[in-house]
Amino acid sequence: MNRIQQAFQQDKKLLNIYFTAGYPRLNDTVPILKALADAGADVIEIGVPFSDPLADGPVIQQSSSVALQNGMNMRVLFGQLKGVREQVPNTPILLMGYLNPVMQFGVENFCREAAAAGVDGVILPDLPLDDYVAEYQDIFRRHNLRPVFLITPQTAPERIRRIDELTDSFLYLVSGPGTTGGANTQAEGVQEAYFQRISDMNLRNPRLVGFGISDKQSFEAACQHAEGAIIGSALIRALEGAEDAPAAAASFVSSIIK
Amino acid sequence: MTITPTYQQPTERGYYGQFGGAFIPEMLYPNVEELRQQYLSIMAEPAFQQEYQQLLRDYVGRPTPLFEAKRLSAKYNTRVFLKREDLCHTGAHKVNNTVGQILLARRLGKTRIIAETGAGQHGVATATVCALMGMECIVYMGEVDMERQKPNVYRMRLLGAEVRPASSGSKTLKDATNEAIRDWISNPVDTHYIIGSVVGPHPYPDLVARLQAVISEEMRKQLLEKTGSELPQYVVACVGGGSNAAGAFYHFLEEPTVKLVAVEAAGHGIHSGHSAATSVLGKPGIIHGARTLLMQDEDGQITEPYSLSAGLDYPGIGPLHAFLADAGRAQFISITDEDALLAVVECSRLEGIIPALETAHALSALGQLGAGPDDVVVVNLSGRGDKDLETYIQQDLM
Repeated sequence: MNRIQQAFQQDKKLLNIYFTAGYPRLNDTVPILKALADAGADVIEIGVPFSDPLADGPVIQQSSSVALQNGMNMRVLFGQLKGVREQVPNTPILLMGYLNPVMQFGVENFCREAAAAGVDGVILPDLPLDDYVAEYQDIFRRHNLRPVFLITPQTAPERIRRIDELTDSFLYLVSGPGTTGGANTQAEGVQEAYFQRISDMNLRNPRLVGFGISDKQSFEAACQHAEGAIIGSALIRALEGAEDAPAAAASFVSSIIK
Repeated sequence: MTITPTYQQPTERGYYGQFGGAFIPEMLYPNVEELRQQYLSIMAEPAFQQEYQQLLRDYVGRPTPLFEAKRLSAKYNTRVFLKREDLCHTGAHKVNNTVGQILLARRLGKTRIIAETGAGQHGVATATVCALMGMECIVYMGEVDMERQKPNVYRMRLLGAEVRPASSGSKTLKDATNEAIRDWISNPVDTHYIIGSVVGPHPYPDLVARLQAVISEEMRKQLLEKTGSELPQYVVACVGGGSNAAGAFYHFLEEPTVKLVAVEAAGHGIHSGHSAATSVLGKPGIIHGARTLLMQDEDGQITEPYSLSAGLDYPGIGPLHAFLADAGRAQFISITDEDALLAVVECSRLEGIIPALETAHALSALGQLGAGPDDVVVVNLSGRGDKDLETYIQQDLM
């Protein structure tokens, strides 16, 4: 059983937190990671900044461009993550980013460095399923990394089944149409019907709901239909301008799960 | 089994050699997949073709003339023909594509249209067909481009479109495209995204190339009439994303005697750090859902291109063009801002045609072809210069 699966053994709803590596300052990455884990985040996604993050809204775009200006890149990130498992031994860590920086770094290099740092999974929203199977799956498996794929209200059932077969981690349920950090504007009942439809499929993997979840109330609402939920943009907003970013990260986690 | 490679037709998954594909987030998958499954069959329907051809003729004003430019010919000591896409309704070739895509969008049951625009020509062409069809239209345009192409912003608004500024990154075409894609992610059911160039995820590069292919289809007939041969020695077109070049090259791609010349914007000079010469400065990478040649730093971050012309400062090129460059099928030339501006004056004075700044890059390549006196050179005159008058005034061309 991998670290991600172990996390889902707990008898509770999981809080998955996303933050951007190298934001707000270049060397905040590991202190924020440790603060999030210590404060009770159950799964942590480290965002690898990209110049053109298509699936992200303004908040994560902005944090990415600040991180890049700070000098964050793949080499710096893996340097920062060396030895991180001594500080954060059990919390599953995923890298979330876009395909182009991974391709330029080299998929094999990326997976080897990620595995060496103790990373458990990878989320690359613009990596097509067919390309993953044809070119990436063997490399991911060799380095014991799990892919996490997104599912949206428009994803067809047979495609959801296929995604479910391709991983042993969790399914990332995008709450509704939109990029990260947007408000949930769907009519009442639409979202519930979608979550219920997925739930009724009796899938192998647990589900975490993401996009548009920003506080305790929306977190708890999302958890009613899944094993937990993912928060990103709201945390980034809490870090913006914070004197002590790790402390701000910890207090944000407390505000959700206290 | 060996498959004879063709330049025209990508593979089922949208690859031209190693370039193309559909690298898109799951949120876009249903829309792009629907389009992929349906575009060829819809475009093959007789009713679609009839409506498309009729609009091209009666609304766009096709066929556009092929004009023998005698004074440019005398200057460059070769036979120069200009394919007058600048005479299309709205002043550029862009409308060939938007007419086709809006008919496609209607058949897909979409009611809302979004588009990106650089120079504003594609935005105007999209706003135009949306007015014609009574459809809601939202155009994303970089803030910098809105400033340097003000008349086109006004034209779009006059046509009833909403122009939304893209304020991230370099605030130009790349960022406008990002914003249009994010809009599509947020509106996956009722919206069709009319991409303006041969870029983006499959099937867009093939779809847009097919809709622009009318340019070279007409060229062949007109050349036969005027020169006695359907085939010229050279076809020259400027490339930002590459839609006018794709259309001008399309029916010559499988004719090895025809030299295809793609002209990119060198900006202040290829290695000045202010350039958009992707075929020289780019390496394989992913932008807007396609694997193609891409200007990027060593970490895979997309770099900001530069050209004085708002239609050529794209950090990638369409995957078809990346393949043509890689395979050596097309020759790529880059032209600086300064040389393009000289070509604006030259074409205006010698032929009485004020070209768009993008088009002027293609005209400027005439001196670099090495064409002989008996050679036939077709330059795709992709757009007219009205939209650039403010730039021309600022640059003090006289």
